[in-house]
Amino acid sequence: MTSGTSVSLVECAKTFADGTRALSPLSLEIEDGETVVFLGPSGCGKTTTLRIIAGLESPDPGGRVLFSGEDVTQVPIELRNVGMVFQSYALFPNMNVEQNVAYGLKVRKVSGAESARRVREMLEMMDIVELKDREIDQLSGGQRQRVALARAIAVRPRVLLLDEPLTALDALLRERLRVDIDALLRRLGITAIYVTHDQAEAMALGDRIVVMSHGAVAQVGTPRQIYFQPSNRFVADFIGTMNRVRGVVSNGVLRIAAGTIPWNRQGEGDIEVLFRPENLTITQPDGGHLTGVVETVFFLGDRTRVIVRGVGDMVLVVETSDRHEFREGENVGLIVGPDMLTIPDREAP
Amino acid sequence: MGRSRYFAFQLAFTLLVCAFLIVPVCMSVMAGFTSNFFKGITSGFTLRWVFEVWDLYADTIFLSMGIALACLACTIVLGVPAAYVLAKRPGRITRMIEEFLVLPLAVPGLAIALALIISYGQIRGFRLSWTFILVGHVLYTLPFMIRAVLAVLSSTDFRPLEESAASLGATFWQRFFQIVVPNCRSGILAGSLMVVTLSIGEFNLTWMLHTPLTKTLPVGLADSYASMRLEIGSAYTFVFLIMLIPLLMALQLWGQPRAPRKAVAEDDPGVGAPARSAEASISTGRTQA
Repeated sequence: MTSGTSVSLVECAKTFADGTRALSPLSLEIEDGETVVFLGPSGCGKTTTLRIIAGLESPDPGGRVLFSGEDVTQVPIELRNVGMVFQSYALFPNMNVEQNVAYGLKVRKVSGAESARRVREMLEMMDIVELKDREIDQLSGGQRQRVALARAIAVRPRVLLLDEPLTALDALLRERLRVDIDALLRRLGITAIYVTHDQAEAMALGDRIVVMSHGAVAQVGTPRQIYFQPSNRFVADFIGTMNRVRGVVSNGVLRIAAGTIPWNRQGEGDIEVLFRPENLTITQPDGGHLTGVVETVFFLGDRTRVIVRGVGDMVLVVETSDRHEFREGENVGLIVGPDMLTIPDREAP
Repeated sequence: MGRSRYFAFQLAFTLLVCAFLIVPVCMSVMAGFTSNFFKGITSGFTLRWVFEVWDLYADTIFLSMGIALACLACTIVLGVPAAYVLAKRPGRITRMIEEFLVLPLAVPGLAIALALIISYGQIRGFRLSWTFILVGHVLYTLPFMIRAVLAVLSSTDFRPLEESAASLGATFWQRFFQIVVPNCRSGILAGSLMVVTLSIGEFNLTWMLHTPLTKTLPVGLADSYASMRLEIGSAYTFVFLIMLIPLLMALQLWGQPRAPRKAVAEDDPGVGAPARSAEASISTGRTQA
């Protein structure tokens, strides 16, 4: 691959013809070889950002897109040398697998022998050599996406752009292909930008995750930062399950209606704390910081998800690997682990 | 028991209607092979009239085929890009243009022909040439090509296909000729069969636009019924049928514009269906006329 393309977005905003603001001015540096995942609910501007990088949309005047420092804002997509993978696969139905993979090489007038060699290499890399003579409508969804990946990387793009590539697949295939894509990106060392609304995908694939909401960046960080140190409520709520409880801090304890939690951090007075389901441990009714009543129980096999009410305004979600069979209406005590969080009272942009 | 009697009744009725429609055609064809229609079959069968038709009207047959092929070429060159633009930019203006393109179907052929004669009749070389008829045919058949191609274009999502081709380095023209056109094949084929069939059978416009030296097959047919023996007209009808029936059969086989197999389930019936039924009703109306 042509190694070493970094991508910079400088104040890229997007306003559509009808006046809707799809994207607030966004600046972002994506390093050479890095995999960055844009994560967010539909309509958050993640696909628009990807399309701006691809050259399928142009940013509002003033915005710039740089590839390794070179301004490509005015360069049309066909000259930008980016690989694209779409949710709908976008394979050409009038060509078979081999012709699809070879298409970019044909357009670039790569010689026949060289093209054949590279197509072969791509098919081997994606483990689809035996499908090379198949028509597109004879392929399963997972096979189609493999062909689409092979086609995108056959031209040795500077940047690989993936727009929800796994969304149309069923769960099992999605998992398998995700692992393969991860291995592929590591192997190629290519700069990759991946758009998804699936947080598990984002966590597994991204070197960094850009969480987006309403056309703006909510947080940029590694998967661990995003999960353990969400910088605002939106990120906290969007990633994983988050419990929240409001209480008053005084004399080293956080006092809430259902009990007290030891408090050894900053903050005083009215405060909201957040914690993940796995931060809570269930004990005897009188043995924990808090007490509550079991509302619903979901047995998930490897763990049990228990919904507890009576602690705060909202129910708490607790996950435990305890084999105890919880019953609805049972009184339980809850120990809050030390990883609970407070979030500055600042709404997501 | 009641059900089978009902079925028998339906079958009988259907056969009766079919007979009502087909018997005159058979009678006409038969007439073309009898030595003397007024004496009836007893006068014996002959191919004489068919040969006579060939001697008298071979040029009209060739002209009709020539015009049909030229018309096909024109409608493909004009219609496919037009359908592409209409599909690509859905909006009020494109809807208006689409309606305008369909207008020649609503306006009587005679009126269109008169308009053409008034506008361009003074250009003598043009008025006397077969291309004058071609213009009328193109005007009349173009909407069928556009509708057929448009049905395919709107049943498949071409945007990601074009975008991924672009990302692979394909220019606009490469995308158009290598991706869009090949994937519209079924629509172009359906439209082509329709255009050729309509052009060969077109009478209204052609009757006004032709000159004694540029007679097409249907005009020749009218001429032969008006001025020749009935047997010659009938034999001529037979020749006409021989030309049209394979086209009509092909139209039945491949004529329904179809999206690539996989996308059929997602096909939005609201988009293609009205256009198709309109084509079907118009085409049957015309070819029987």
